[in-house]
Amino acid sequence: MPLLDVRDLSVVFKRKGTAPFTAVDNVSFAVEPGQTVGLVGESGSGKSVTSLAVMGLLPKRGAHVTGSVNFDGTELLSLSMKELRNRRGRDLGMVFQDPMSSLNPVITVGRQISEVLQRHRGQDRKEADAGAVAMLDQVGIPDPARRVGEYPHQLSGGMRQRALIAIALACRPRLLIADEPTTALDVTIQAQILKLLADLVRGTETAMIMITHDLGVVAGLCDEVNVMYGGKIVERAERHRLFAEPRHPYTHGLLRSIPRLDAPRGEKLVPIKGSVVDNIPWEGGCAFAPRCPNALQRCRQVMPELEPEDARHLRCHNPVQPAAVAEGRAER
Amino acid sequence: MLRFIVRRLIQAIPTLFILSLLVFAWLRSLPGGPAAALLGERQTAESIARLNAAMGLDQPIYVQYIKFLGRIFTGDFGTSTVSGDPVMAEIRRSFPATIELGLCALILAVLFGIPFGYLAARRRGSFFDNATVISTLVGVAIPVFFLGFLLKYIFANQFRLLPPSGRYAVGAPDITGFATLDGLLTGDLAATSDALLHLVLPAAALATIPFAVIVRITRASVLDVMDEDFVRTAESKGLTTPVIRRRHVLRNALLPVATTIGLQTGLLLAGAVLTEKVFVWRGLGWLLATGIEQRDYPRLQALILLAAGVYVLVNLLVDISYAIIDPRVRVGR
Repeated sequence: MPLLDVRDLSVVFKRKGTAPFTAVDNVSFAVEPGQTVGLVGESGSGKSVTSLAVMGLLPKRGAHVTGSVNFDGTELLSLSMKELRNRRGRDLGMVFQDPMSSLNPVITVGRQISEVLQRHRGQDRKEADAGAVAMLDQVGIPDPARRVGEYPHQLSGGMRQRALIAIALACRPRLLIADEPTTALDVTIQAQILKLLADLVRGTETAMIMITHDLGVVAGLCDEVNVMYGGKIVERAERHRLFAEPRHPYTHGLLRSIPRLDAPRGEKLVPIKGSVVDNIPWEGGCAFAPRCPNALQRCRQVMPELEPEDARHLRCHNPVQPAAVAEGRAER
Repeated sequence: MLRFIVRRLIQAIPTLFILSLLVFAWLRSLPGGPAAALLGERQTAESIARLNAAMGLDQPIYVQYIKFLGRIFTGDFGTSTVSGDPVMAEIRRSFPATIELGLCALILAVLFGIPFGYLAARRRGSFFDNATVISTLVGVAIPVFFLGFLLKYIFANQFRLLPPSGRYAVGAPDITGFATLDGLLTGDLAATSDALLHLVLPAAALATIPFAVIVRITRASVLDVMDEDFVRTAESKGLTTPVIRRRHVLRNALLPVATTIGLQTGLLLAGAVLTEKVFVWRGLGWLLATGIEQRDYPRLQALILLAAGVYVLVNLLVDISYAIIDPRVRVGR
């Protein structure tokens, strides 16, 4: 049985005076204990909103969430606010994108960790403070005994992200959601943070959902990858399979738009034309069709379903053929 | 922290120095100089020259300034032309009355302003929020003297619930000059409650503007902070609502409020002039108002310097409280 089972999750933002906006559209995926699952997509593909919906962190007013989020037998969407708060921080931890703005500027880093331990572990202040030092040490912050007393502005960007990870992992949650944890960091620091996350969850039962627009992050970390477009999952496959043989034209395009060191000199990158359309018209066709090189007449008339095919799930009427993938590689 | 306070104190010195220079220059720039101002309509060229010599105004300007500074430091502000008393004695007499009124108004404004602003923000868009926003707009816009007369008319004249003017009716022996404290110190509770009753209307009138401003700033600030990423982080930790509100929202939201309180305290001095005039409250504002009416320059000069000094002091306190709430100020140079 999966640890987290998301079924038909939809999030519609409704504001007075504007048309309702579907950010997440019938998304289903599952995460096994110890597994790392990637949610990949461009800005606006609904990946972050999906994670916020799982955590129950979307604003109560304006965001309309339907479907099912089953965590170890408990339906999270029907929990009361109080019950949900008992789980957040204890069973579910979350690391956010911008470590500067995600830490409280007027409270010491140590206090921001110890307050979680006090809340969920019932520890007194002294135990929790000691726990905070241990957590900082574990996420690789040097001289943790001194750093606990410091404020976020006194730490570097990488250290702040480590502190956020320490907060999320303080109570050993069974599910960790990392929402673009490296986007705001320098490239060298990015690699360190990804390695840290991988080291922390490897060999434990902690499952992880990695949300990113960066396929490099996915390649190094995830067991299974969900590619999202316009609020829907368009392709799901095991990591190696997805990279070796992307079938959805969108996934294919994403991979072709990444520069590669082993590519011949002078080879041009192939960008995906256009950008994500604002309100995605999945009704009456495929949302990617306007940008898709493979689009058929049918793609503009009938919405494709996510269907199992060849050890993966695919939402496409005219997928890239394995031969074409190989050909594309041969051209390189 | 101590270093921070010392640094701020040192920074206050040039401010006060410049202020003394301005007041000095202001006095010298009066038409015909201070002597003509003092002599008024009965001046002659001869009498001005005599007074100039007597006041040392015939000496070079820098000598005059140094002597002026020297007198300030010894607390000698000259003699009031209205009462004939030393200005310092007048101020000492009136100071407690204004402090009592101002402090009371400030406490009212902060004690009610922050919770009202906070609750309005929490219930954004509710009836309570809208009512608060509208009534504070009225509060900011209404002139103090008008509000003073209105309160007086309703609560003193119509319903006769509260005394219309003055600081006390019975009065305890004068020990500290604070009417409320003197009653307590002598064990005369009737005097204290009498003094408190006299305080209600003027303090309410004086507190209205700072209250309204504090409500509005607190509301805006809380709304801002509630949208911050770190509040979402706090939510993701599963913290309870009171902890999130107190530790994460309110503490950050109070930063701009602290600045506002400081600025409003400075403005209280201005409000006190009108309030004291309306309620016949014999404090510094009363002193200033009568001083202006009578062109009492020594008195005005002393009061301006005092007001400026208080303003600098209040802002110093704000800076220090800021450093206590916000670590970035403490460490950042």
